[in-house]
Amino acid sequence: MNRTKFLAAGLAAATLGTSALHAAELNIVHGAVGKDQEVLRVALDRFEEETGHTVNIVSMPERTTDQFAQFRLWLSAESQDIDVYRLDVIWAPQLADHFVDLTEATADIIDQFVPAAVESQTVDGKLVALPMFLGAPALYYRSDLLEKYGKDMPETWTELTETASEIMQAEREAGNEDMWGYVYQGAAYEGLTCNAMEWIASNGGGQIVNADGEITVMNEKAVEALDLAASWVGNIAPPGILNYAEEDARGVFQSGNAVFMRNWNYAYALVNGEDSPIKDVVEVTTLPAGDSGETASILGGSHLAVAKYSQNQDEAIQLVRFLNNEESQRARAIESSRPPTLTALYEDAEIAEKQPFIPLWKPVIDGAISRPSAPTKGDYNEVSSEIWTAAHSVMSGEMDAESAVARLNAMLTRLKGDAW
Amino acid sequence: MSRKTGLITQRTRAAWMFLTPMLLVLAAVALYPLAQTIWFGFTDASLNDLDGAEWVGFRNYLEWFDYGNGQGEWDGLLVDERWWRAVWNTLKFAFVSVFFETLFGLIIALVLNAQFPGRAIVRTAVLVPWAIPTVVSAKMWGWMLHDQFGIINDMLMKVGLISAPIAWTATPETAMAAVMMVDIWKTTPFMALLILAGLQMIPGDIYEAAKLDGVNPVRVFRKVTLPLVMPALLVGVVFRGLDALRVFDIVYVLTPNTDATRVMSLFARENLFEYDRFAYGSAASTVLFLIVALITIGFIYATRMDLEGKEDR
Repeated sequence: MNRTKFLAAGLAAATLGTSALHAAELNIVHGAVGKDQEVLRVALDRFEEETGHTVNIVSMPERTTDQFAQFRLWLSAESQDIDVYRLDVIWAPQLADHFVDLTEATADIIDQFVPAAVESQTVDGKLVALPMFLGAPALYYRSDLLEKYGKDMPETWTELTETASEIMQAEREAGNEDMWGYVYQGAAYEGLTCNAMEWIASNGGGQIVNADGEITVMNEKAVEALDLAASWVGNIAPPGILNYAEEDARGVFQSGNAVFMRNWNYAYALVNGEDSPIKDVVEVTTLPAGDSGETASILGGSHLAVAKYSQNQDEAIQLVRFLNNEESQRARAIESSRPPTLTALYEDAEIAEKQPFIPLWKPVIDGAISRPSAPTKGDYNEVSSEIWTAAHSVMSGEMDAESAVARLNAMLTRLKGDAW
Repeated sequence: MSRKTGLITQRTRAAWMFLTPMLLVLAAVALYPLAQTIWFGFTDASLNDLDGAEWVGFRNYLEWFDYGNGQGEWDGLLVDERWWRAVWNTLKFAFVSVFFETLFGLIIALVLNAQFPGRAIVRTAVLVPWAIPTVVSAKMWGWMLHDQFGIINDMLMKVGLISAPIAWTATPETAMAAVMMVDIWKTTPFMALLILAGLQMIPGDIYEAAKLDGVNPVRVFRKVTLPLVMPALLVGVVFRGLDALRVFDIVYVLTPNTDATRVMSLFARENLFEYDRFAYGSAASTVLFLIVALITIGFIYATRMDLEGKEDR
């Protein structure tokens, strides 16, 4: 990170800020995976050409947990260096105070957006961020391998475990020594919270903390789900899964070394990209269900917010609108397979042709479950950290699932106190 | 008599004049942030509202948490199991890595102190790991230790030492060892250089005398080299010890964020910035400072280190 450059940019912007007809220099901070950054740059180039402003991308680490700490630091310091923040779907309640209310600035277009996405970014009537893209994870699978071994698509986690294990063994015996069955996000960070919530919810174990803020994790189904996940590590999942984030999982899967992968939608464009060794043999479907429940996907996505401390708020709002207009969203959907936030685009012919899964994904996104960031408010990060710590300790074998769930329940109860 | 006192007064005044700018700078960049952190540790500060922080006494450190029915439990940093785990991790890390850094540093210094062709080049080359920024070397080692495409696993498997790849940085049992190993790799050159400087201060005639008396080399090392290089070595140990106790970057980049490798500074950072617990994190930073200070003072006292240069007088 080049701090002096930021300062220089900030200073330049501040001095220029006096005249109304200037070309502003904006900074957008953007935690990126896959092709996000390239696609954004192309959109920004178009914006620069149309408006004469310049926009710099400030890049961030891949893991959202790391991004959040840095964002909080900048925002608390009321830093003027960053104008536009790309926020994870769960952050609006925690950071709402630091951003401009976009309600008025987007009043003319807001009806075109998916209502649930807008709602998730509205905190006490304030529109904190304009929805950029949505996401609901998919189960990526190697259709060629399933066909080769005459296997049906697994519908439950138990079936997935068996199928993955069989194909993995057979492939290894056939000389493919690096083959694994299933890769996902197992490092101790936000991504593991998503995975663990899906395991538990899909097994009928509830959402750990429900929408009313009640702690519901203490149940047999949750224990069962974690036990099954623990059995994967070292068997169908590489032992290093305990330190894998999104891109680590994709690395293994895309080099052809895994049968199944749980990942966000961005991976679709990449595993099917021109240079991908497994293009044409990958397909996606919804995540499996538990033995006593139905499939559950965590709602993801990122949204654009304008900092209250920005010296170029008008231009920043203009940029946010531009990046979420139809053209930008279509490009993003096609280039980086990010599901759009404009309702109309789910019926767009070009998107349907180039990324056929997107129109099919609309019901999955509509049915996705939310992480408890709204009910737990300022405590959400700690709640999430308790969840991933519990899941991680079970997967690494430090704790059995039953004690981990009991401990998680106790920690959450204490954290909650009288009320969130 | 009075003239002499006058001179001393004048000199003292001059000394203060020279010292004041530095003291002011130190107060601004070290003392003020430290005092601020200590203060925040006694408040209910939140990062979203630092100005609104109010004094709450020792609550962040220790508080009786009453259930409201006569029962209750102790709450706060001093009874936080995760914090003590972090303290223990830090101490373990500091002790093991400084111990091996000193040992290897001493060996390398002794080798480099000998006369051989190309010595200048070797001395420079040894410094390379130290010159690489920690984040870069941690990331580099992260890839080398990777369970799927890491070169370390590949080499160990080729020579038959392990049968399946090990996820060095991910499994709780090996994560701390991996961190220690990378730190030792990185910092041994620093120790070697400090000790080498100490070795070169030893006058050559002592060795000549020992040689004439026919003392064997091991005895020369124990009775001559080691005692004379000890001051330099102890300074190195204090520097490294201080560094190791507040280790952050190498653990943060190399390993997942779990109890197995969480050190004191990571614990503080997590509470300060990730959770909405700025005050608690400040309290942790304060205790971190106290622990580092106490250990350093204890070490200096125990080794009777000569900080004021009394022996030279």
